[in-house]
Amino acid sequence: MIRSEGLVRRYPGFELAVEALEVPPGRFVTVIGPSGAGKSTLLRLLAGLERPDRGRVELRGRAVFLDQDRTALERSVLANATFGLELHGVRRREAVRRVRPWLERVGLADKLAQPAASLSGGERARLALVRALAIEPDVLFLDEPTQALDPGNVDRVEGLLREAHAQGRTIVLVTHNLYQARRLGQETWFLLDGRIVERAPSERLFLRPREALTRAYVAGEMVY
Amino acid sequence: MKKLIALGLLLTAALAAAPLRLATTTSVNDSGLLEAILPGFTRETGVPVQVIAVGTGQALAIAGRGDADAVLVHAPDLEARFLREGKGVAHACIAYNNFVIAGPAADPAAVGAAADALDAMRRIFAAGATFVSRGDNSGTYHREQALWRAAGLDPAGRPWYLESGSGMGATLTLAAEKRAYTLTDLGTFLFMQGKVDLAALFDRPDPRMLNQYGYMAVNPERFPGANREAAYALRAYLLRPDVQQQIGAYLKDRFGRSLFSPLYGRCKVEVSP
Amino acid sequence: MTLAWAEVGEIAARSLGVAGAATLLAALFGLPLGVWLGSRPRRGRMGAQVVLYAGMGLPPVVVGLLFYFLLSRSGPLGGLGLLFTPLAMVLAEAVLAFPMIAGFTLAAVRVRAEGVRRLVRGLGGTERQVLATLLWESRRPITAALAAGFGAAISEVGAATIVGGDIRFHTRVLTTAVVLETRKGELESALALGAVLLGVTLVVTAVLVVWGERR
Repeated sequence: MIRSEGLVRRYPGFELAVEALEVPPGRFVTVIGPSGAGKSTLLRLLAGLERPDRGRVELRGRAVFLDQDRTALERSVLANATFGLELHGVRRREAVRRVRPWLERVGLADKLAQPAASLSGGERARLALVRALAIEPDVLFLDEPTQALDPGNVDRVEGLLREAHAQGRTIVLVTHNLYQARRLGQETWFLLDGRIVERAPSERLFLRPREALTRAYVAGEMVY
Repeated sequence: MKKLIALGLLLTAALAAAPLRLATTTSVNDSGLLEAILPGFTRETGVPVQVIAVGTGQALAIAGRGDADAVLVHAPDLEARFLREGKGVAHACIAYNNFVIAGPAADPAAVGAAADALDAMRRIFAAGATFVSRGDNSGTYHREQALWRAAGLDPAGRPWYLESGSGMGATLTLAAEKRAYTLTDLGTFLFMQGKVDLAALFDRPDPRMLNQYGYMAVNPERFPGANREAAYALRAYLLRPDVQQQIGAYLKDRFGRSLFSPLYGRCKVEVSP
Repeated sequence: MTLAWAEVGEIAARSLGVAGAATLLAALFGLPLGVWLGSRPRRGRMGAQVVLYAGMGLPPVVVGLLFYFLLSRSGPLGGLGLLFTPLAMVLAEAVLAFPMIAGFTLAAVRVRAEGVRRLVRGLGGTERQVLATLLWESRRPITAALAAGFGAAISEVGAATIVGGDIRFHTRVLTTAVVLETRKGELESALALGAVLLGVTLVVTAVLVVWGERR
């Protein structure tokens, strides 16, 4: 569960300010908006990775934040996959046992000993997701997990996210891809210039937006 | 194999007794003299000797701070001052040889024809022949300065007067490369003779060219941490007739003359506080 | 060649031991400092960066002289009786190796700090785990840092001469032995010792590189 009150975060030439937000356990929220709207900043504030200038965030359960970097550590694929679990005190041997099925499912089982740096972009995206999901977090924050991926890889990543959601995990996903936001989300927030313009059940927001700005954005008429 | 045995003996001895630290000059050490006579001392007393070979000035500075137990140097006036300042005790004259003026065999300043040492220095000065000075605080440098002074000359700043700032061996090498004159102790010169292209141009008995090596223990009252017993034991050992003979015989076969002539404790130049 | 090979081996072993110990001592302090500074924001580390990079140019003779006064019987730490011992050489050479190790570690960690911190904190790790991960992720360039520190320690002669005294069987190392042989005009011996010095440095560096490059 995530709850926030009166969050404000200022940078030179930019201010993010959002009213009270609440994400109940098991909810899948997608966050959309043009570049520079403050989506990543909001995500980092909710995940507790950045401190707000004002307001407060309450986050219950084990949370994991997956950024856009898909950072591959200078180690083997297997060591990258177990890294998250090991951060949480799981012994190497046990961690290997737990990540193996994940790696098999995402098609990396035959590359365990390879250096992670040798993987393709799509493989690195899957590896980063496995590294996070293996921790079995209650809350999952994702910043553009499918950016620059081919359709096949997008499909695999989305499948893993759906499954995580089905297992009861709370997910907040930032994406540029409006179709993805609609496909995956139960609830969607539209962010513009540091403000939440509209938040609503995803179907409704895309089909019957109440705000003119939302309507213009989802119709592809807003030029940024 | 011999060296290995010597090494083994030294290591065994090192476990037995506190080492004696001897600050001395490069001329004594680099000729190999100490490596020839000190193992005998270690065998008899069980005291290993740690030799620090530097210039006379630095050797006295090290001992003057209590960082060595004894010194073996060759600058009578500096030794006298060391005694006067209460830093050293039990001075003993161990050996002597003479200083030599070395230079290019062509001898452009005709040093070989000099009547005495001062005349030799005057010839170099008058000819403006290149001369390499140690330029450090070594015993040899002190003697060179004393010679210029006695001749009433001051070479400082002359374009032909070079200061090497390094040890005797390096200075000889430099002098050979520059086809220059230099003042050197006999031991180092003989040792380097085959390796550098220099001739001994003034190598005659002359009281001004006397090179006397003196031994002192550091004052144990001033430096309570000093290894007093070992310092006195080495003094007695060095003055023993058989060891004095050994010193005189060192490399005599190879060079046809003594590198270091024994003094049996009788100084040729008085060293008094 | 007037030097027995047995003695050359003894001198080389001491060189390796002294420089190795100095490198380890310098790494003990230099690695944590380098990692910590490298993970700081720019403002918090620039001053230290200037000091460390300038420290890479520390003249060994000056460091040796400072340790001489420090360790001399008439100096503040004279009571320890460390002057003219291998340990004194280790201390002086550690001071020379320290800026290399800390400085190169800092430079290596700096470029990785942001990404690693985002990853580790994002996965729920602590700041301490960020630093540990940075250390391990930078192991290859840190290998170079250690090699540079070892190289600085084993190749210097100024400090070794002043605080070691070039005492045979006690503090004579390859560099001081090269100086001695040169002074004696034994240029072939000096050259052979120089070759041994290069060989030792090469082997140690090779070990470090192989260790750093393994998967």
